[in-house]
Amino acid sequence: MEVFVQQVINGITIGSLYGLIAIGYTMVFGIIGMVNFAHGDVFMVSAFFALIFLLVLTSWFGIASMTLALILVMVVSMVLTGLLVWAIERVAYAPLRGSFRLAPLISAIGMSIVLSNFIQVAQGPRNKPIPPVTRDVYTLWQGSNGYPVNISLKQIIIWVVTALLLAAFWYVVQKTALGRAQRACEQDRKMASLLGVNVDRTISLTFVIGAALAAVAGTLYLMYYGVVVFSDGFTPGVKAFTAAVLGGIGSLPGAVLGGLLIGLIETLWGQYVSADYQNVAAFSILVIVLIFMPQGLLGRPEVEKV
Amino acid sequence: MNSAVKTNERAGIDFGRALKDGVIVGIIAFALLGPLVGLKTEQNMSNELIVQNRLGLAAILSVIVGVGRFLLSAFIYPRIAARGNRSKAAATLAELEARAKLTQGLSIVGLIFLFVYPLLIISLFGVQGSIKWVDNYGVQILIYVMLGWGLNIVIGLAGLLDLGYVAFYAVGAYSYSLLAINFHLSFWVLLPIAGMLAAFWGIILGFPVLRLRGDYLAIVTLAFGEIIRLVLINWKAFSGGSAGISSIPKVTMFGIYSFDVSAPNNFAKAFHLAASSAYYKVFLYYIILMLALLTAFITLRLRRLPIGRAWEALREDEVACRSLGINTTNTKLTAFAIGAMFGGFAGSFFAARQGFVSPESFVFMESAVIVAIVVLGGMGSMIGVALAAVAMIGGTELLRELDFLKAVFGNDFNPDQYRMLIFGLAMVGIMVWKPRGFVSARQPTAFLFKRKTVSGDLVKEGHG
Repeated sequence: MEVFVQQVINGITIGSLYGLIAIGYTMVFGIIGMVNFAHGDVFMVSAFFALIFLLVLTSWFGIASMTLALILVMVVSMVLTGLLVWAIERVAYAPLRGSFRLAPLISAIGMSIVLSNFIQVAQGPRNKPIPPVTRDVYTLWQGSNGYPVNISLKQIIIWVVTALLLAAFWYVVQKTALGRAQRACEQDRKMASLLGVNVDRTISLTFVIGAALAAVAGTLYLMYYGVVVFSDGFTPGVKAFTAAVLGGIGSLPGAVLGGLLIGLIETLWGQYVSADYQNVAAFSILVIVLIFMPQGLLGRPEVEKV
Repeated sequence: MNSAVKTNERAGIDFGRALKDGVIVGIIAFALLGPLVGLKTEQNMSNELIVQNRLGLAAILSVIVGVGRFLLSAFIYPRIAARGNRSKAAATLAELEARAKLTQGLSIVGLIFLFVYPLLIISLFGVQGSIKWVDNYGVQILIYVMLGWGLNIVIGLAGLLDLGYVAFYAVGAYSYSLLAINFHLSFWVLLPIAGMLAAFWGIILGFPVLRLRGDYLAIVTLAFGEIIRLVLINWKAFSGGSAGISSIPKVTMFGIYSFDVSAPNNFAKAFHLAASSAYYKVFLYYIILMLALLTAFITLRLRRLPIGRAWEALREDEVACRSLGINTTNTKLTAFAIGAMFGGFAGSFFAARQGFVSPESFVFMESAVIVAIVVLGGMGSMIGVALAAVAMIGGTELLRELDFLKAVFGNDFNPDQYRMLIFGLAMVGIMVWKPRGFVSARQPTAFLFKRKTVSGDLVKEGHG
């Protein structure tokens, strides 16, 4: 029982990160029907931004307060990652809008290769470890067999930050003009532009918002695991995409739900079935869900018009 | 008229605007490159990360980016815009015919060149010196040409986007390795077996994904590719895990001559030649050339058979296809199976050539490279796929040769590490420049009275 609860806590933590990344996939897919393959690598680059600024803040400016450093690092990483993705969208995706379907996909795969190799060249191929940001661990209860159920401060930070950001994000999508424009473009791009929505700008901002959420995930990932390497984009990226598909691609609550489920399934599978096949489990779920429920848990069924 | 265009062009160059563009892009570049390039994280002696200041380098790079953008805005874009205004009418039929003739002539010349290539290289660089050129360039590129042509059946003809093609490559490679080591069968027996096993896996993969379309299909095939790789890593009793399988037997010359140094019927000994691995490489070159040509030949033939027509019909419109009574299930499965079969052939050749396989060779990036070759070449165009393979694989392979750059950038400069970076940039660049790929003319196999050439824009990309 204690082991189970402990693994659920760990699973929700990882799942929150997947959920944050998955929103980027699901929003972009919803608005322009494109799988942004480079999103996983954008997440990795954002973790590098966080790493670099954490080091700069602590060693050059001598900021001792970890809370302040973390908040600053997260904001900087969000801004820079947003800028990066805005530039990528302008250079590699925007010229291909209205072109045939495979072109942006190939362009995105190319971008993903560029990002991971650029980081490898610019920052070196080695693991980048940082000293733990905090070591605080709280014991929730002591199990009868002496096995404690713990929750670390890092996990609490991840839960709280994710919840706050999702609330803010929900507000943006539901209540602001930008969110309204976004939903309009999602339903009918041509009609939206006829009604005065700047479609190009809305699409760019969608990419940027997705990138900012990925940057939060990247910063939290760096804080949680304490290490990042240039090849870290692919696996979390594919898992987050799995989460987006599982929840129903195009659906925002679905992405978060999918992320949490993938995180839970993965940790529980690793605990009870086989740690070696942990990643196989995630991919198998993707296959099974797509085959039996292509619209996902909360997605709309695709209606084909002839 | 001419002068009018010229004044127009001159008026089009708006230096103020271009300068503004350049400065803004330069600033953005510095904001991004500043941290990523300018502040390098390094581990010091006590294993702590420290930041190394290289902001000067980042500034230089940003200035280069800004100047590049300025030149683009000032000179290239107005010219493109002017050209676009002048000849809005796309390629005419006559132009397309001429282009098709050109590609036809090109393919004949290319074919002759491919057959004499090893002889040419040997006469130029000698027997020992030929190894690098025949193996690293010839064999390596031809493997990708063959993979591209195999995947072209699935993507280019049937319009099914398969992002896990490398799985079949892996099935072929592991089938050959395991059967050759455990049952001592020859390459020539195992080649068809490996192809059949790969085709079988193609059908297994094909069945569940039949109902999926578009990007969903792409993602499921990606997941399948990853599952096969992860199983190969973790099922150590079967595949040797991430250590892989080594000392895989070489290909024999149909059992008559062997290329093992210790064998009594060693090729070099039998012909009293100096011992060298070059003969084996040349032999491998001709095998992969024949395999690739076999792929091309079968594809060209299949396109004229009902099944090939059905593939292309499926790509154009699945619903219409079904209402005309075509069995879409069988059509999709055969496309998967035949594409996979060629992947299996290429895989078993790869295993025999390397003498070593490990899951590292079958990562997703490999699938992405093959898909990129197919799309960059212009989907469905055989010659385009071959050209794309030469450009992307040969071009990045050439970067290994740029040792003279060390004289410019210092000794720790290693051009090899920029290989994949440039590969990715080329992918993006080619897509932005020519979203339809290198070769834009297609020759439909079904025609009225006369063979025709159509623009690639008229060909759909499929729904799956």
